[in-house]
Amino acid sequence: MTSFSDRLKAWFGPEMAGPGLALIAVILVFGLASPQFLSAATFGSVAFQLPELGLLTLAMLLPILTGGLNLAVTFTANIAGLTLAWVLQANGGADAGAGAFALGCILAVAVGAASGVVMGLVIAFTRAHPILVSLSMMIFLRGLGEFLTRGGDVSGFPAFIGPLGHGSIAGIPVPLIVFIVCVLAWHVLLTRTKLGFNTYMIGSNLEATRYSGINTRKVIVLVYTLSGAMCAIAGIIMLARFNSVRIGHGESYLLITVLACFLGGVNPFGGFGRVIPVFVALIVLQLLSSGLNLIGANQHLATAVWGLLLVGVMVLRFAASKFKISFVRKGT
Amino acid sequence: MHQLANTGGSEKPLLSLHDINMTFGGVKALKNVSFDVRPGEVHCLAGENGCGKSTLIKIITGVYRPADGASIEYDGETYSHMSPVTAQDRGIQVIWQDLALFPEMSVAENIAFQTVLGRWPKLVDYGRMRKIATDALKRLGITLDVDLPLKDYAIAQRQIVAIARALVGQAKLVFMDEPTASLTQSETDHLLDIVRGLSAAGVAVVFVSHRLAEVLEISSRITVLRDGALVGVYPAAGMTQSRITELMTGKTFDQQVRARPRGDQPVVLDVKGLSRPGQFDDISLTVRRGETLGITGLLGAGRTELAQTLFGMLKPAAGTITLEGRPVHFSSNRDAIKAGVAYLSEDRLSLGLIQPQSIADNLVISSLGKIMSGAFLSDERKRRLVAGWIADLGVKIGRQGDPISTLSGGNQQRVAIAKWLATDPKLLILDSPTVGVDVGARAGIFDIVSKLAETGLAIILISDEVPEVYFNADRVLHMAQGRIVGEYDPRVVPLAEIEGAVYA
Repeated sequence: MTSFSDRLKAWFGPEMAGPGLALIAVILVFGLASPQFLSAATFGSVAFQLPELGLLTLAMLLPILTGGLNLAVTFTANIAGLTLAWVLQANGGADAGAGAFALGCILAVAVGAASGVVMGLVIAFTRAHPILVSLSMMIFLRGLGEFLTRGGDVSGFPAFIGPLGHGSIAGIPVPLIVFIVCVLAWHVLLTRTKLGFNTYMIGSNLEATRYSGINTRKVIVLVYTLSGAMCAIAGIIMLARFNSVRIGHGESYLLITVLACFLGGVNPFGGFGRVIPVFVALIVLQLLSSGLNLIGANQHLATAVWGLLLVGVMVLRFAASKFKISFVRKGT
Repeated sequence: MHQLANTGGSEKPLLSLHDINMTFGGVKALKNVSFDVRPGEVHCLAGENGCGKSTLIKIITGVYRPADGASIEYDGETYSHMSPVTAQDRGIQVIWQDLALFPEMSVAENIAFQTVLGRWPKLVDYGRMRKIATDALKRLGITLDVDLPLKDYAIAQRQIVAIARALVGQAKLVFMDEPTASLTQSETDHLLDIVRGLSAAGVAVVFVSHRLAEVLEISSRITVLRDGALVGVYPAAGMTQSRITELMTGKTFDQQVRARPRGDQPVVLDVKGLSRPGQFDDISLTVRRGETLGITGLLGAGRTELAQTLFGMLKPAAGTITLEGRPVHFSSNRDAIKAGVAYLSEDRLSLGLIQPQSIADNLVISSLGKIMSGAFLSDERKRRLVAGWIADLGVKIGRQGDPISTLSGGNQQRVAIAKWLATDPKLLILDSPTVGVDVGARAGIFDIVSKLAETGLAIILISDEVPEVYFNADRVLHMAQGRIVGEYDPRVVPLAEIEGAVYA
């Protein structure tokens, strides 16, 4: 039998300490600084903003766990969004039906996954560095997207798509529901499947994993494919939220997704990291920007504070590990 | 007996260490060790793997910092610890077993790069580099083309390049870590001549080798370490190989030959004419049910490449592999594992186990199918599977979730064996299973191997330590330069005869 605390540990993991403490700190600081902070309005704004960054962060998480990176997340998302947009436009634009929307979503996810397959194959077979491979894919997709859209917006979608970006079911925003479903799917994938297990092992030592009889190439291709598919889901949500697609949408999120992973305790060299702490880290980042907004700070300042927070977390984590080591040494 | 170049006498030591203590993660690697080297002497540092030899060398060269209270007196100055820069500046050089050279760079660059670093102007002066390299080689009485890339030279010449590099740094004290491990006898003789020459020129040499014959031949004094503690310092004159072995292991050598006849058992593995150009050539061998086949030979004899071919990691250029009567063609090690072949890598740190990950995950990685419950991995099944193996093989662990790197070498090796046993193999290939395993824990590993053979598992035991295969295998094959050059039955052939053949 596993005890309750063991189950809690298994669910949250040791990575939870950083983002958990940050969450408490942010709620305390802004809760005291602004009476409106702990309100439905804050929850609403966080709940609607969280999914875009969150879905892209999930797409970034899997490659990072293998010791890689996917720098093409935002452009993959928008190319997938464009795919959906064209399917809708080809089927009557604002008059397109639910069938066209479903077909568009399937094709969008297929395009996102295709971008991942290509990166995964190149990384797995040539052993080129994931940064270079995904950077090439990013530049390719941006160029392609700018060429196809002439750098402009594509819009004019049927009205029934709106709720996917703005609607709520039982008071819970639809994008948030989509995001939470994806978070749970990623959590199950990483903790309960062979693919997840192998993802962590490859992140720690690819050669030793291969010697253990794991098809490491297959795992890497699947990881980037899933990453690309997750980008596509983010792209569909972004289309619904902005009611338009532009190749540059969400570009500033790219590096924030990497940092959100690190804030969530993911090892930058791969092998360690869990979904739930990353989820909490994302909530912290959104609460921080909403809170700063509430007390009247400039939006750009919020971004600066994100950077400071992340540096602070790195330093604290380093200090904590030093303390732990000296504590263990004295203990023995 | 050769004339010793310099017996040292009673002159003041060049290096003198006292009260050296070193702890790694709760394990005492060195306990109150003292050690001294006289100017110009050849001093042997002896002890089994894991006795603390390399830790001691790393302390002297500043890689590790000993616990407080240590004193290192070197050439008139006293230090509480060394730094790598001080050690180099003061003429302490190490030639590691892997040589730490740059194969793609020229001989001249390999020898002289350290001396041209940091000079003003910060430009590379190739003319000076070539001259430094040529001079250093001349001091050793060797001529090599200094412009050729190092990879064009064989291992013996690379060894000499490494020595030449040490000399360029105006060395007073040179450590050589297993310098003869991959050399033939004539190459070894040549190397020993060079060491004598260094000694005559006033350079002290600390020689680490497990070839006791050459230790006795070359050194004037022998310091023996066992389990991190100093056993004693002995003059080489009057020493015998068996006496050193006793001092190193702390027990009189009463190991029994375990070989049993297995000729009546069915053949599990049948290899015919297996070849891979440049690695091994025309290898034919059989292993029967319950049989332990020992393969020994020098480093670079092609043993590991042969093992990896049997495991499907490399493809043979010619020859056949038959497993339980069926010819097999592995396109990857996944095919081999499915067919019942398991391979314990010689390189436990980077290929055998995934060091940062948990004990449990390392144990189950090759048999994930056994811990599935429907489409998902079951933590409960994993826990039970791991607990079963931990108990079976007597692994001492804290929690299953602890990183495997927290275990001792012997316990890590047990987990690595368990990982492969969990795949239900028919053939288990153990490549140097005692590398980095404490002396005391080695017997335990071989007890496990012996029990596994009793259950009918076919085992190939590869080791460059002849006694290991001699005492633990039913038959011993000797591999040299990619070929099987001898087969011995430990029940009729004395150990010394096989050692004579292998180290010749």
